[in-house]
Amino acid sequence: MKIIKNIGLIIFLIGLGVFTVLPVIGTYELTPDSFQKFVANKGIKSKLFISEIETNVVGQSVVGMMAFSPKITEALELVNTTHRKNKEYKKIIYIGPHDMAAELGKTSGTGFIVQNKGLLWFLTFGLGIIGALLFILPNVILLGQKGVKNDGIYHQSSTNQGWIAWMVFLFLVSFYLVLYFRSEYAINWTYLVDPISESLSGNPAGHWFVYGFMYCTVMSVMAVRMYIKYRHNIYQIVRTSSVLFFQIVFAFLIPEIMVRLQMPYYDFKNAFPLDYDFFFQWNLKSLLNSGGIGVFILFWGVFLTLVIVPVMVYFFGKRWYCSWVCGCGGLAETLGDPYRQHSSKSLFSWKVERWLVHSVLVFAVVMTGLTLYSFFAETGTVLGLKTASVQNTYSLLVGAIFAGVIGTGFYPIFGNRVWCRFGCPLAAYLGFVQRFKSRFRITTNGGQCISCGNCSTYCEMGIDVRAYAQKGENIVRSSCVGCGVCSAVCPRGVLTLENGPEKGRINPTQVLLGNDVDLMELMNEK
Amino acid sequence: MQHIVIIGNGVSGVTLARHVRKLSDNKVTIISAETDYFFSRTALMYVYMGHMKFEHTQPYENWFWEKNRIDLVKGYVEKVDTLVKTVQLANGEEIPYDTLVIATGSKPNKFGWPGQDLEGVQGLYSKQDLDNLEKIAPNKEICKRAVIVGGGLIGIEMAEMLRSRKIPVTFLVREKSFWNGVLPAGESALINEHILEHHIDLRLDTNLVEIIADKNGNATAVVTDKGDTIECTVVGLTAGVTPNIDFLKTSGILLGRGVKVNRHLETSAKNVYAIGDCAEQHEAIGNRRPIEAVWYTGRMMGEALAQTLCGNPTEYAPGHWFNSAKFLDVEYQTYGWVFSERTKKDCEQHFHWRHHKEKICITMAYDKKSKLFLGINTFGIRMRHEIFDRWLTEKRTIEYVMEYLKDANFDPEFYKQYEEEVVAKYNLEQGTNISTKKKSWKRIFSKA
Repeated sequence: MKIIKNIGLIIFLIGLGVFTVLPVIGTYELTPDSFQKFVANKGIKSKLFISEIETNVVGQSVVGMMAFSPKITEALELVNTTHRKNKEYKKIIYIGPHDMAAELGKTSGTGFIVQNKGLLWFLTFGLGIIGALLFILPNVILLGQKGVKNDGIYHQSSTNQGWIAWMVFLFLVSFYLVLYFRSEYAINWTYLVDPISESLSGNPAGHWFVYGFMYCTVMSVMAVRMYIKYRHNIYQIVRTSSVLFFQIVFAFLIPEIMVRLQMPYYDFKNAFPLDYDFFFQWNLKSLLNSGGIGVFILFWGVFLTLVIVPVMVYFFGKRWYCSWVCGCGGLAETLGDPYRQHSSKSLFSWKVERWLVHSVLVFAVVMTGLTLYSFFAETGTVLGLKTASVQNTYSLLVGAIFAGVIGTGFYPIFGNRVWCRFGCPLAAYLGFVQRFKSRFRITTNGGQCISCGNCSTYCEMGIDVRAYAQKGENIVRSSCVGCGVCSAVCPRGVLTLENGPEKGRINPTQVLLGNDVDLMELMNEK
Repeated sequence: MQHIVIIGNGVSGVTLARHVRKLSDNKVTIISAETDYFFSRTALMYVYMGHMKFEHTQPYENWFWEKNRIDLVKGYVEKVDTLVKTVQLANGEEIPYDTLVIATGSKPNKFGWPGQDLEGVQGLYSKQDLDNLEKIAPNKEICKRAVIVGGGLIGIEMAEMLRSRKIPVTFLVREKSFWNGVLPAGESALINEHILEHHIDLRLDTNLVEIIADKNGNATAVVTDKGDTIECTVVGLTAGVTPNIDFLKTSGILLGRGVKVNRHLETSAKNVYAIGDCAEQHEAIGNRRPIEAVWYTGRMMGEALAQTLCGNPTEYAPGHWFNSAKFLDVEYQTYGWVFSERTKKDCEQHFHWRHHKEKICITMAYDKKSKLFLGINTFGIRMRHEIFDRWLTEKRTIEYVMEYLKDANFDPEFYKQYEEEVVAKYNLEQGTNISTKKKSWKRIFSKA
């Protein structure tokens, strides 16, 4: 069994290795034909740009994106500066340099990678999946009797912030930086999944399709790990299945198929304000121009946020979204599960959490307010603020850096819910409802707590669960995503997630059940 | 303002300190030689097993003590002088007190076995024990085999710890079946099976005769009363605990096995109290033992004594008995009294149900004649403390308990429920016709 695991690890690392070198290899040659198409498509009016690219890029075969990309970005920069200097504002090209490099690069790839998409898919995704499964499946036997199996978590480099964890950290952060800021380097990855993308939406894959496909793959494989690890705990099994279903079907398949059907790309479970650009002008316009389905989506998006979300939180707690439906939560609960113990439980972190997450919510709401005002008043500036720059700031700081780079990249070091805890505006909104108007709580079982701290250690949201449990108090915290792991790891059966009557849900106690009845009354009935 | 000095920073002493601070402005000092800050002793096993780091066992952050004006003194108390009201530390320092509280807990039992003080022989109680075990049993290469002596809760925990590092473990248990002085036969048998499933070499009905040393004074084998010699490098002594009160021998305070206290937790000396594992009631309370070495009783004594010290004299009056433990992968809870065959009275009748495959079972005790419900043991099913506490207060019959059993289930959502099966078996055995009532939030959360 150990041998199978090691073989799996080697296969996985080979797959990962191939995946990692792909961005920097391959040959690119921009044909005159595809360049002309590009110019026509984008309506590029700058003669200077066309001649620059034609002399420096078109028809030349270069090796590696490092050689290709700078030619495009430098040409673009040069051209735009020139036009600005000459006040030829109509000729300025408003396409991001790296978006342009990615778009031109995608049509320019030649050689082995482009001709062997299937083989390379197998050498990356295929080997990764096979290797990971070989590594994970022997646990059915190796873990022994079913039950909580956290042995050695703090002895292993990978799960105890050791060098392996730092390598994973580095890899994830770099991956997200490429994805958000240097998407031209993801072109070779897009070739691997072109066939899949074409079969779904009919279009070749972009880097976000790579990300979506990879997201589903990683979640599925790591869900297998969850099923094995928590095979004694049916709550975990049902929850994992749910989150996997919503990711694959709602976040991945349905939007792609909608594109094939000439409908707007839309993830029906992605609620505003997590879906922060829902009310952006381009989205509203696109929806309003899409006929009945567009209007339905517009209605659904508003209804989801204003009605479904709070009503469901009232009945089930915010867990129905955060750990049963949400994609971010889904990745955190599968890929992130081995790192859940790293969320800080200190009071200081809790303070930081409340300031940050609520600031992001305020930011999102204010930004959306500006956006809507701009939309209806048909103006670009509100109170001297340029709506577009507020939107860009939010997209960059919150959408890309916080949710992506930090949110997932920091898993191995700061725990798997960094984004959900410190940054997600939807989580903040759901948290208000959960804290003040909900039937959900984690019930503490009388006086059984022995203060061991397993619950706090394994809380991914950094809640000091023990602080409540050892006082016999129920846990009613806005940040709780209801993953149920505190209840699973409790050795004394002290905690359970429940939806019950609101009365008595918050039960501050001084003296715990089991002590002198009179004393309990004296101290607790205040 | 009084100066309250507490010896021992375990759960009893710390609970007392916290409550005194809430109720008064008295000066509070806690003295401990074990660790700088309070930690949860029950979690030491998880540190060795790699589930947690030591700092995770500390329920309060380090700034907590200063913020709440609880002074912490690291030192070993050598002497208590009740006449001049001071305690003397090993480093010569003297600390005066107005009120002294002894909360020094327990130490592992040693019954005079030859070789019990050798290197490689230890109990599992203190932080020092954990540190030492990490030294002598870091892995299966250095610790070729461990022998654990004493089949109680700490023994099985220590076996689980060592097995988590794949160290071969031989487990010597004096009784004919594991913990059968406490557990009824069916449950004890279930745990025997479970111990074997974990590849622990369980030797029932076996006593330790001596521990043999090598030439360096390290334990190298144990000899049992069955005539076996078992080679090993680590010996765990887990045959119960005894109050840790040797330092009080010259103090004049009345001692039995523990520090003798009355229901107000007062010792024989004025302004000196004792709480937790080290306190011994003059007369046992109900079916409880005079010395209760249980986590929550220590906490409850702290809660009660804080009242007394802050001007509201309060007896230590524990409610219905309850407890819990975990045997490897099997959780155990108990509410009320279920005695083993060895200790139960004639009028106590048992109903036992066991799952046909999983390690899940229930035993309920009731009065043969009146059918009064006396208590329940559950393995692999969680039960709601509040509900059983209420039913015991209301003196319900076993038939009532059966009928409303679903209200008491505390398992996580979606878990398979066994109440129907349990009640069906009871009906079959008793010729009754009880049908279970649906779980009702209203009943569960109504304060009776």
